[in-house]
Amino acid sequence: MEAILAEIVAKYNYWIYVVLMMIGFYAMIGKNNLVKKLLGMNIFQTAIILMFISSGVKRGGGIPIVNKEAVLEHGIQAASIVNPLPHVLMLTAIVVAVSVTGVALAILQRIHKQYGTLEEDEILERINR
Amino acid sequence: MKRHHALPQDRPIGPSLIIELSARIMIPFIQLFALYVIAHGHYSPGGGFQGGVVLGASFILMAIAFDLKTSLRFFSIRANAIMASSGVFIYSGTGVLCALIGGLFLDYSALDAIIPLGPVEWRSMGVFIVELGVGLAVTSIMASLFWDLSSGGNMDKGL
Amino acid sequence: MKKTALLATLFTGALLLYGTGDFAPLGDPNAPAARHVSPVYIEKSVEQTHVPNIVTAVLADYRGYDTMFETIVIFCAGVVVVSVLRRPDA
Repeated sequence: MEAILAEIVAKYNYWIYVVLMMIGFYAMIGKNNLVKKLLGMNIFQTAIILMFISSGVKRGGGIPIVNKEAVLEHGIQAASIVNPLPHVLMLTAIVVAVSVTGVALAILQRIHKQYGTLEEDEILERINR
Repeated sequence: MKRHHALPQDRPIGPSLIIELSARIMIPFIQLFALYVIAHGHYSPGGGFQGGVVLGASFILMAIAFDLKTSLRFFSIRANAIMASSGVFIYSGTGVLCALIGGLFLDYSALDAIIPLGPVEWRSMGVFIVELGVGLAVTSIMASLFWDLSSGGNMDKGL
Repeated sequence: MKKTALLATLFTGALLLYGTGDFAPLGDPNAPAARHVSPVYIEKSVEQTHVPNIVTAVLADYRGYDTMFETIVIFCAGVVVVSVLRRPDA
């Protein structure tokens, strides 16, 4: 019990983001309405982006925007700047999330125009008829 | 003088003085701030994607506060398509130009052979040109996504 | 259906939390993600590119290929929405 408590305190950010991920995952598979499934996917993507960015933090580190003249004179220590690589990769991930949401909403509009409803079981019933 | 806005009685919710006036004051400043964010990608948080989204959001604000047709009069569909394509073309064109001159693909220091500034300064300039291309593409795609999704395809009546 | 979904969610959550037992603790400067390439980017990027913002330098110069395909992805999303929605039929 002590070991688990010590683990939770040391890695509390991963625990918070796993809880957020599971909320999005439940919305994706447990809800019937197609728009709610899409929003669940959005919550999932946001939780993953936040988890990656929080994994790059260093104790006592500053942001990755430095003073050019000071660095060209003295040099820079890698342990005093937060890891910039997750920030870069998550910029791409945010743009991908926006693109997927846009295309999914367009497809949902066509589905509604064709079948008249956005509930998954009613759509399956109307397809099989 | 050509009238830019639709008449107040033709709009879906009717005339509303507060919304129109505050949007008319805020939109130029939003666009100026977006251009500042794109241009200062080197020195502060920002760059192509962030500034492009803010600039696209100014056209979305115009479409929400006034009318979809008002937003289309300021930024037509044809100009939208040309700007999106030219954004992607600037990015890939810079890469291909670097490869044609002699360096690798997207190796900005090889552009030193055209205008001699120094290879390190050309890397900084190459980052700026590329962010400009990204900003143009993201702006037009944000506005185009909003127009298509809010009007269902016929650019007639928005939200 | 909802009970199966809830059980699957709890099982996946437990599996993920078991997997975080191997991660480095929060704020560790010797985490595996902060070795190999990341110190090279932090130490060498200002003298090689003269750009004070390390994130923009990595995004547009060292990883410029990814950003080019990123721009193509968002352009394709715009084209797809135009082709799905702007049709003359009802």
